[in-house]
Amino acid sequence: MPTPTPLKQSGDPRLDDVWARLATVSDPELDESVADMGFVESVEIGADDQVRIGLRLPTFWCAPNFAFLMAHDMREAVESLDWVNRAEITLKDHCHAEEINRGVGSGHSFAETFPGQATAELDELRLTFRRKAFQGRQEVLLRRLLADGFTAAQLCDMRIGGLVVLELADADGALMCQRYLEIRGEFGGPAEDSDGAFTTSEGEALSPENFTEYLKDLRRVRMNAAFNANMCRSLLQTRYGKAGE
Amino acid sequence: MYKTDEGEEIFVVDAHIHLWDARPENQRNIHGAQFINCFHDYHKALSPAEYLWTAEKFQHYGSDTLYEDLFVNGYADMAICQPTYLKEFYNTGFNTTEQNSELRDKYPERIILNGAFDPRDGEPGLEALEALVETYGVHGVKLYTAEWHGDSKGYKLSDPWAKRYLEKAQSLGIKNVHVHKGPTILPLNRDSFDVADIDDAATDFPELNFIVDHVGLPRLDDFCWIATQEKNVYGGLAVASAFVHARPRYFAEMMAELLFWVGEDKLLFASDYGIWQPKWLIEKFMAFEMPEDLKAETGVDLTPEAKRKILGLNAAKLYGIDVDAKKATLGAA
Repeated sequence: MPTPTPLKQSGDPRLDDVWARLATVSDPELDESVADMGFVESVEIGADDQVRIGLRLPTFWCAPNFAFLMAHDMREAVESLDWVNRAEITLKDHCHAEEINRGVGSGHSFAETFPGQATAELDELRLTFRRKAFQGRQEVLLRRLLADGFTAAQLCDMRIGGLVVLELADADGALMCQRYLEIRGEFGGPAEDSDGAFTTSEGEALSPENFTEYLKDLRRVRMNAAFNANMCRSLLQTRYGKAGE
Repeated sequence: MYKTDEGEEIFVVDAHIHLWDARPENQRNIHGAQFINCFHDYHKALSPAEYLWTAEKFQHYGSDTLYEDLFVNGYADMAICQPTYLKEFYNTGFNTTEQNSELRDKYPERIILNGAFDPRDGEPGLEALEALVETYGVHGVKLYTAEWHGDSKGYKLSDPWAKRYLEKAQSLGIKNVHVHKGPTILPLNRDSFDVADIDDAATDFPELNFIVDHVGLPRLDDFCWIATQEKNVYGGLAVASAFVHARPRYFAEMMAELLFWVGEDKLLFASDYGIWQPKWLIEKFMAFEMPEDLKAETGVDLTPEAKRKILGLNAAKLYGIDVDAKKATLGAA
């Protein structure tokens, strides 16, 4: 495999394209972008439009299935840029770095990468954590709207169309809303403007009677992801120092 | 023994401690080095600055340091020594029951010694378990389901062989099963931290108590759900309790969840020593008060009564410790 020679990196506008694509890739367990988490150690663009990306994780033992998903999704996201010839992801300091780098680099599936150790692909795992991401995003938005004065009954009745045009006063609120709408099409049943904005992940309508209990269930899921993200940030910083150091 | 400002004496059981040997000469391979490095990162990430250890001290601190840190400075009356064999990573093991038994023999009033088994050892392992209970008189076991074993990178408590071992353990008088969920369980395409197998085992063995280390982290949400369904599932607070210093708000939110779902009767204080030291953990835990907004939202509080249960009374109940008699024995010593 030819090794791309790094060009002068700063000021190359294509780097921004790469980082923008990486920002769309999530750690499935945390529902946070790999870029925001500090997992992207380096981005280099080679002479032949090859992009080399260094991936680092909080521990040597981070689950290989999630590591594979991130490396795979990063390659796919960056290669979706027109000018990119190839994106090479190099996971470092990890118990399964060799297998994952070879597997993702060769376009192998997870089961092909770990023959005998994986009995199936990662679709079900991805779905499980994507559902938790839906619940977590829904919970923060519901709490925000309750704090803004909406009642449980109003939220149970709200339509997607109504949520789309809702003007939230600040950037935080707008982002919560945007992130929820992005994932609402994947869970919660039909997602036309006339459909309910807030449904369970299975598509059941919420009722004001069980609303409080429902929120407590979601809170547990969101708390867990937030706690894990915090732990991961702390460990990453301990392992590699602050970004840029 | 922790004494409050009002003079009340709080009985403390540290439910999860280790005495390990991770020195380079005992490391069998790169995994042995990476395993202790990872523990050291946890130590550095969450400890107060004045409690930080160097890599060398962290690899091997010895029984005298342990006694000092736990029972002289650290307020603990008793501690439960949990073995972690890791023979794939360390020549003589990381901390085995045999190694730990020296500590128990040195401090028999202080140390509760737990054993371990691995269902992948098959028939010979069942006999070894019997010999282990006979030799060391243990009433609890620590299971590390992610431990490597030949080609296997882990097992589940719902595996048929695991059930045979649990049956055997119960027949030998084992009451308490501590379970650590770790990151490398086969098959690799499943969620390796999944705690669902504990649900199965707890239902099948209602006479056993299952203490889930680290309250199921990083699957706290699923653990909480299981612990509400199963009356014999408990949560060990190692790792979670360390957040009280560096991330108090997260600690508060997590405790609120745990108190709401699991309840104050089913949580056990644990330091995971030598990763963290009980002295600062307990001082900060005792000083901690649940923020008003969380109290209002979840309806739970970390009351003095809850703190007493979590710090020692719950573990005493599980291990059949007569707290008053033990206080008298230790006080007279």
